[in-house]
Amino acid sequence: MSASTAAQREIPAIYRKVGSLRAERRWALWTSYASLLVAAVIFLAPPVYMLITSLKTNAEMADLSGNPWLIREVTLEHYAAILGNELFLGFFWNSIKVTVLVVAITMVVSVLAAFALSRMRFWGSQTLATGVFLTYLVPDTLLFIPLYQIVGGLGLLNSTWGLVLVYPTLTVPFCTWIMIGYFASIPKELDEAALIDGASWMQMLLKIFVPVALPGIIAATIFAFTVSWAAFVYPTAFITTPDEMPLTIGVVSQLVRGDTFAWGQIMAGALLAALPPVVVYAFLMDYYIAGLTAGATKG
Amino acid sequence: MAQLSLRRLVKEYDGGVQAVKGIDLEIADHEFVVLVGPSGCGKTTTLRMIAGLEEITRGEIAIGGVVVNDIPPRDRDIAMVFQNYALYPHMTVFDNMAFGLLLRKFPREEIRRRVDEAARILDIAPLLDRKPKALSGGQRQRVAMGRAIVRNPKVFLFDEPLSNLDAKLRVQMRTEIKKVHQTVKTTTVYVTHDQVEAMTLADRVVVMNHGVIEQVGPPQELYHRPATRFVAGFIGSPAMNFIPARLEGASGALNLHLPGGIVLPVPEERTARYAAARGREVLFGIRPEHLTERREGRATYAEIEIVPEVIEPMGMETLVHFHLDGARDLCARLDPTVPAAPGAPITLTADLANMHLLDPQSGRVL
Repeated sequence: MSASTAAQREIPAIYRKVGSLRAERRWALWTSYASLLVAAVIFLAPPVYMLITSLKTNAEMADLSGNPWLIREVTLEHYAAILGNELFLGFFWNSIKVTVLVVAITMVVSVLAAFALSRMRFWGSQTLATGVFLTYLVPDTLLFIPLYQIVGGLGLLNSTWGLVLVYPTLTVPFCTWIMIGYFASIPKELDEAALIDGASWMQMLLKIFVPVALPGIIAATIFAFTVSWAAFVYPTAFITTPDEMPLTIGVVSQLVRGDTFAWGQIMAGALLAALPPVVVYAFLMDYYIAGLTAGATKG
Repeated sequence: MAQLSLRRLVKEYDGGVQAVKGIDLEIADHEFVVLVGPSGCGKTTTLRMIAGLEEITRGEIAIGGVVVNDIPPRDRDIAMVFQNYALYPHMTVFDNMAFGLLLRKFPREEIRRRVDEAARILDIAPLLDRKPKALSGGQRQRVAMGRAIVRNPKVFLFDEPLSNLDAKLRVQMRTEIKKVHQTVKTTTVYVTHDQVEAMTLADRVVVMNHGVIEQVGPPQELYHRPATRFVAGFIGSPAMNFIPARLEGASGALNLHLPGGIVLPVPEERTARYAAARGREVLFGIRPEHLTERREGRATYAEIEIVPEVIEPMGMETLVHFHLDGARDLCARLDPTVPAAPGAPITLTADLANMHLLDPQSGRVL
């Protein structure tokens, strides 16, 4: 008995150094949670502050004596005002119109492009695929000057149609890249089986590739949606009158009267503007992750 | 149903690498032909050229007398079963099988009838509403075959269809494929690297190596009368033993002088055939089953003393591995009741009626 306890106490040094697996795991978990918590606080603080501000009365906002993170008197007056504001509803409509069209154009172009680049081996297809990705690396802050010339030349300045034309320059390259990655993960035998079964290239794309690559398509759709919903530089540069403005610039430019900021309405408007992406992400998050990772590992 | 002809077929990849080097092959209507060979021998490339999935560099492929070189896969009236099944993951079993017919605009009732018939033949009727991911490997392979059968094509192409299955299922599916062929009798080209599959399934086996056909023939002929060292060594498991020897003799009788002073008399009926090789170095080839425990009673029996290195009891037989001077990795098949132990010398009987002599330079069987 005493011999066995002595043996237990004398654990060889090498094992002591490794330490208990459970302790290491616990340490890893705590570190992860701590970092995630910090990140969550940093990213959630602004929207939470926006929400708090949007629910305060103008008088309470002007009063600097209290804790700005607490609400004394909850009010929905700013929401009522903004939802009754024709201008704001116009921004919303413009954003929806532009985004729906851009997403549609992006998906048609990038799915077709990705299918051709990943499956129909033709001369220069590899170079073209790399070229598509390189265009994504050019930032919109650099592109808007030459694009201004182009949009102006087409007579589309100060028009949502101009935005419908230029947003795909941001969305198509990345979506094509995601789709190339996703299509590459589909085994080659699947198209060969379809070819032998009698499918044309178009039938193969529509009946085999699109359904099989649905997670990737959804991921690309969400990306295109986010980019065109949140675009700021291009509308700032190309749109000048309120009736053509989308939400992103409408809220910040039109709700300021002279040097008076309607903070309550700005916050309410910004929150309402952020709602559609949140809803989309909440419902399609799993697809989004599946789509991105498939492209990442096999693309 | 149709015959299939390959004429001077060449496949050359970019950079001048030849995967298939001008092969000729005539496959008769209803015939089951197996292309067999090691990796990189060109068998799969040949099959893919027949399917139209690989461009033909030179030569001709004709299906039913029509040259199909420039005809796309869908118009060749062929069906193919892939190694990884290649089932459409988002479709049910029924839709997978019906897809080809739908694209060809068959009427609904006809599709239903054909799918039901194929499902009955393959015993997958209860699975028709399932998705491929809910099926086992064997079931998926059946569905892949079903997809081929419903089309009622001129030619079936199989590309190593059993390689992804476990050993037991592979044997079972092998029988299944043979049964299906006996029922539907479609001309079939089947590619495998497994010589057992080739032997059991084929009407004729085509042994390929380095892009050329080594030998074509019924399984038994390939086994008993191989034309080259490659075929002799490739067909049969364990492989044929090759021992360097010298053919000598005078006045009609020939003797094989093996290393270690072993002398084997060439059977009388073979002496005329080998006379030209008298005095030359040859390779003596004999299969393990013709190298057995000591037996008596036939003129063609000869004795060889060996020292076993490794003993492998297989149940119905015992494999004895040994070496002779100048020849390693030799194998004999013994009756399991014969006592054998590593290191304990035993006497084997070689049945020289089944021996082969090969030219060591050309590899041709003499």
